[in-house]
Amino acid sequence: MTATPEAAVAPGSARPGEPLVELHGVQKWYGDLHVLQDIELTVGRGEVVVVIGPSGSGKSTLCRTINRLETVDQGDIKVDGKPLPQEGKALAAHRADVGMVFQSFNLFAHKTILENVTLGPIKVRRTPKAQAEARAQELLDRVGVGQQAAKYPAQLSGGQQQRVAIARALAMEPKVMLFDEPTSALDPEMIKEVLDVMVDLAERGMTMIVVTHEMGFARTAANRVVFMADGRIVEESDPETFFTQPESDRARDFLGKILKH
Amino acid sequence: MLDNLDEFFKGFGYTLFLFLVCAVASMALGILLVAMRVGPIAVLRSLATVYVSVVRNTPLVLIFIFFHFAAPIIGINFKWVQVHVGSFDFTSAFATAFVALSLYTACFVCEGLRSGVNAVPMGQAEAARAIGLPFGGVMTQVVLPQAIRASVPPVASALIAMLKNTSVAAIFFLAEATAAMRGLTNDYSSQRIGIFLCFAIGYIVLVEIVSMISLSLERRWRVA
Ligand SMILES: Nc1ncnc2c1ncn2[C@@H]1O[C@H](COP(=O)(O)OP(=O)(O)OP(=O)(O)O)[C@@H](O)[C@H]1O
Ligand SMILES: [Mg+2]
Repeated sequence: MTATPEAAVAPGSARPGEPLVELHGVQKWYGDLHVLQDIELTVGRGEVVVVIGPSGSGKSTLCRTINRLETVDQGDIKVDGKPLPQEGKALAAHRADVGMVFQSFNLFAHKTILENVTLGPIKVRRTPKAQAEARAQELLDRVGVGQQAAKYPAQLSGGQQQRVAIARALAMEPKVMLFDEPTSALDPEMIKEVLDVMVDLAERGMTMIVVTHEMGFARTAANRVVFMADGRIVEESDPETFFTQPESDRARDFLGKILKH
Repeated sequence: MLDNLDEFFKGFGYTLFLFLVCAVASMALGILLVAMRVGPIAVLRSLATVYVSVVRNTPLVLIFIFFHFAAPIIGINFKWVQVHVGSFDFTSAFATAFVALSLYTACFVCEGLRSGVNAVPMGQAEAARAIGLPFGGVMTQVVLPQAIRASVPPVASALIAMLKNTSVAAIFFLAEATAAMRGLTNDYSSQRIGIFLCFAIGYIVLVEIVSMISLSLERRWRVA
């Protein structure tokens, strides 16, 4: 039931399967804590990868290194064949190409929903205002919050805010989208509305790296599950295999815990 | 007192002028300092930190003394300032007061703004960086607009303190309100208390106006 990337990816980037995000020998320490150890990960164009693992295993850190919200101490990371720029304009341009959705939404509190979505296109992409607004409205409609465009983030429910955050990231026409536990701050009844948007995105061929414990999402939308523990990638497989026949003890143990609930 | 209303108003005229130009200058310098203090460039960060801690911890009178007596020795003086507007003369006494007060108040404005910046959650700046805004854009589009709202009260306090600090200029030959009051109390020593009261009320009215502006900005800019 995975996507048919050929049909959906934006023209010009229709080279499905080719590596889009590559991490080689990535190491990162927080003081003595080795948070990322020998990370090797390649994500192909149009691929949806779910990252799963116990708390503190380095999932968020991994996600954040890809748009350099965190720096790494060793190893290299490439997006679309280019190494991540160190800083300055080039880094900003790189970040514009990588969409990020946070656990805590982080919508700009002083801007309306529409302004949240148009800020990047207008200030970074230099899109004319009218065009940016039309596109933003389209995206807001697509994620089901078009009616709320004139409101402020605090007036929306968590599920609505997270869908706006997805629209905000999409407005930049990113090459890849990173999601760091996008539903774990949400009440159960709102989780589905956000996951539906993400499944739709996957079906349209978006390349996605998703940190989540939502097995339903992993099973419907993911091509691959990456299991992390103690800063390492312990296991990688397709979702069905991972959830039914995990190889490692760590994964079995972890699944045992989350499945009990 | 009533016979000398023109001296009263002229004194407060200088006070008000000094307050307004210092408010603009200390806000501008305060914004620059806070940008340096929270910015990514380490050298600028320490420079601003040192400036703020040195100037903030120096009594204002010492700063005035520096610009009056020490600075001219090393070639910094304001004798070239000669602006006359109506019956107001803006000369070196005014310029010195302007420089000393603005440099001093900018530290407090900077600290007020910094408390506002710290009140903006980390996630706001992160989300702004994540959509590709460079440092300047992150600050001007996302962090500062929210920080300025949060820092209206502390910045208003800094400006109110500065308004009252304009009276220090009286010691340094500026004919502002406090100097006018001293002149009048010397000339009419029997009416000292009345004169004091009038000038005190003058200051209170000005301070109240600044507080009211601050309150209304706070209300208008409340984050939704
Ligand atoms: N800024 C930091 N300074 C020091 N240690 C940190 C910092 N950020 C994270 N850590 C530590 O690094 C480890 C990995 O953190 P990370 O947030 O990547 O884990 P995670 O897998 O996302 O966990 P969770 O499921 O709880 O979100 C944790 O032990 C955490 O305490
Ligand atoms: Mg995390």
